[in-house]
Amino acid sequence: MEKRIFKLLIIFFIIFFLGVFFIALKKSSIYDTKDLVGNRLENINLNHFYEDKLITEKDIKNSDFILINFWASWCAPCRIEHPFLLELNGEKKLKILGVNFKDKNENATKFLNELGNPYDLLTKDEFGKNSINFGIYGIPESILVNSELVIIKKFIGPISAEDFKYIKMILNK
Amino acid sequence: MMLSNLGNILLITNIVIGFSIIYNSFKDLTIKKNFIQRRIYQLCVFQSTLVIMCFLSLIIAFVISDFSVSTVYHNSHSLKPILYKISGTWGNHEGSLLLWVIILTIFSFLFLLYNKKHPKNYRLITLIIQNILILGFLFFIFFNSNPFSKIIPIPTEGLGLNPILQDPALAIHPPLLYLGFVGSSIYFSAAMSSLVTSYSGKSFALSIKKWIVISWSFQTLGILVGSIWAYYELGWGGFWFWDPVENASLLPWFAMAALMHSVIVLEKRNLLYFWTIILCLLTFTLSVTGTFLVRSGILNSVHTFANDPTRGIYILIFLSLMIFSSLFILFKKYKFVNQNINTNSKETFILINNWFMIFYLITVLLGTVYPIFTEVITNHKISIGPPFYNTVIIPIVVLFLLLMAVGPNIKWIKNDLKNFNFLLKIGIISILINFCIFYFFKSYSFLSNLIIISAIFLIISSSRDLHKLINNNKNDFPRIISHLSFGFLILFIGLNHNFSLEKDFNLKLGERKKFENYTLEFKNLRLDELKNYKAVIGEFKIDDSRNNSIKFLYPEIRIYDNPSTLTYEASIRSGLFKDYYITMSNIDRSDYYNIKFQKKPFMLWIWISAMFISFGGFLRLINNGKKNF
Repeated sequence: MEKRIFKLLIIFFIIFFLGVFFIALKKSSIYDTKDLVGNRLENINLNHFYEDKLITEKDIKNSDFILINFWASWCAPCRIEHPFLLELNGEKKLKILGVNFKDKNENATKFLNELGNPYDLLTKDEFGKNSINFGIYGIPESILVNSELVIIKKFIGPISAEDFKYIKMILNK
Repeated sequence: MMLSNLGNILLITNIVIGFSIIYNSFKDLTIKKNFIQRRIYQLCVFQSTLVIMCFLSLIIAFVISDFSVSTVYHNSHSLKPILYKISGTWGNHEGSLLLWVIILTIFSFLFLLYNKKHPKNYRLITLIIQNILILGFLFFIFFNSNPFSKIIPIPTEGLGLNPILQDPALAIHPPLLYLGFVGSSIYFSAAMSSLVTSYSGKSFALSIKKWIVISWSFQTLGILVGSIWAYYELGWGGFWFWDPVENASLLPWFAMAALMHSVIVLEKRNLLYFWTIILCLLTFTLSVTGTFLVRSGILNSVHTFANDPTRGIYILIFLSLMIFSSLFILFKKYKFVNQNINTNSKETFILINNWFMIFYLITVLLGTVYPIFTEVITNHKISIGPPFYNTVIIPIVVLFLLLMAVGPNIKWIKNDLKNFNFLLKIGIISILINFCIFYFFKSYSFLSNLIIISAIFLIISSSRDLHKLINNNKNDFPRIISHLSFGFLILFIGLNHNFSLEKDFNLKLGERKKFENYTLEFKNLRLDELKNYKAVIGEFKIDDSRNNSIKFLYPEIRIYDNPSTLTYEASIRSGLFKDYYITMSNIDRSDYYNIKFQKKPFMLWIWISAMFISFGGFLRLINNGKKNF
């Protein structure tokens, strides 16, 4: 009897394994961030940069458009896109959510003191783990979403003059 | 066009031969003679020849750039150097599957040929099972992943081989690795046959032992070459990343290493029969699981080929059939045997080795498939990286190394405790050496201390075995080489980990950067136009003020045309005791370059140690070869 239970357990275990593999096959797991456009952001859980609190979907939903910008003080190209972000900060329909990526607090603060703070809301991702959920490979990257948190566009690399124009165009439409 | 037809005809003929071998073997089983019919040998020779011809015709298609063959079109280019045209044959999904079948077929033939002393029905059933495996893969190739599919109209130029695969180490990496884990198929078949025919004990152990050693040795070499490639090509400065696909090659390696030890117990003491069988079945099952994970594209890594879910389903069905049929037979034949083993005996130590291997195996398996499970069950993407493996595996390695030193000197059946004092002395010496390194060079963590002490312990005790061996001639040399080299491997990895220096900064042409005793100067930048790529080459001068030496390094950014890709080539100056390593990447819209400088001690010695581990295996084969034939 004991032996039979043991055998059944093994069989059950293997079926479970193979079953998971089978389901996994049907899911697309190709890590290609270009395909994210049109998807809705879910399970947002970011640490606030200054305070000890969590930022979730509710905190950012109250705007027509949100630009989520991933940056760090050690990232040279982030300095290039910074002026554009500062300029976008004046837009009424747009909220900019900064995610400070794998950075030290003091360096990041220094960076913002030097160059200006374009962010309406600033969060941090010290170990780069939360950014994975956004499909971030490296920084700088930015994601433009609407009030429903559906991704409109992804900007890989620093925001350029053209990207800047594009964002303006979307906002004025 | 002709080659594509020829290839398809050869594939079909191979399928027919496969069936006919199975048919003839069944027929031969009913004949009451002690030897296997000549016709079966002939069919096997024919089968091996044809499958090699099939592969050759694909190689020729690559060499002459016959773009009517779809695999060639997708993975080659007429301007590619000849070596990479040839290695391109197995550098893709379809071609590498053909390599699978070649190894399955040749091992099947050699097993039949070299086991004439063993009973006829055991050999025939092994042959039948192996041919079922061969047929499974041939069907897969023919209907789903046919390397000989035609393209009409014929393209004038191919799409090219992924440039990071254009590397000599990578040209030999797949064949070596395949000899390892596809080679394990033969003892999968043999184990099944052993269960069916109730052929067990010492003679069964002898019939599979050399195949285990062959596959283990090649698997070790294959993993080594892959690591060397990753170190030189991927430009991260490491050689092991716990990438899911690296793990997939490590899983069968653990099973093989466990099997290699337990089969000795079966041979010498006629114990652990069912355990050995389970390991045989497990090794090849893990190999196919690994293949499934890599080829189906459910895991992402450097090895991901173009994705096609139907492939995944086919391999998964094949895998399921394999697992359930082997489980069915195993459960039917399994008898509980009371293993009478003394705790202080060689058997116990080998069993402990097995538990360690299984522990590593489960850890790595969990780490590899866990992200798939969480994604399927909770829809949450996670990634499991080096921290997990390092925390779980490394502390256990300490104990493993110590037992690895003690185990081989324990006697069979029952041991006395006479050499305990000696081990204590070795232990004290190892601790002293470790503290010398710690005190005079650089301090490191408590765990690193333990690792280095235990590695030195294994090295000293294996060296003593070597010394004893020279005095009385025993057949233990291969074992000592492998164990000793394993000690060195862990020692060098430990030292490398603790004495590496890594610096990351941005530099403009002409600037210099000082750190510790080094000055790094960005001297020059030039553009070279080569046959199939353009290269931006930086010139860096490293001035080591402590040793008064100057070295130049030339990292590159390569821009390939076919397919158009950007790759970063690390520049590595390898030395006897340390490597210097620089990668350079451009920063968009800026004249700064991101420079990553690394000093990596003892890299060369890591490669050499790993090479000697596998060398031990080959030596065992040569020694046994002399005895058996």
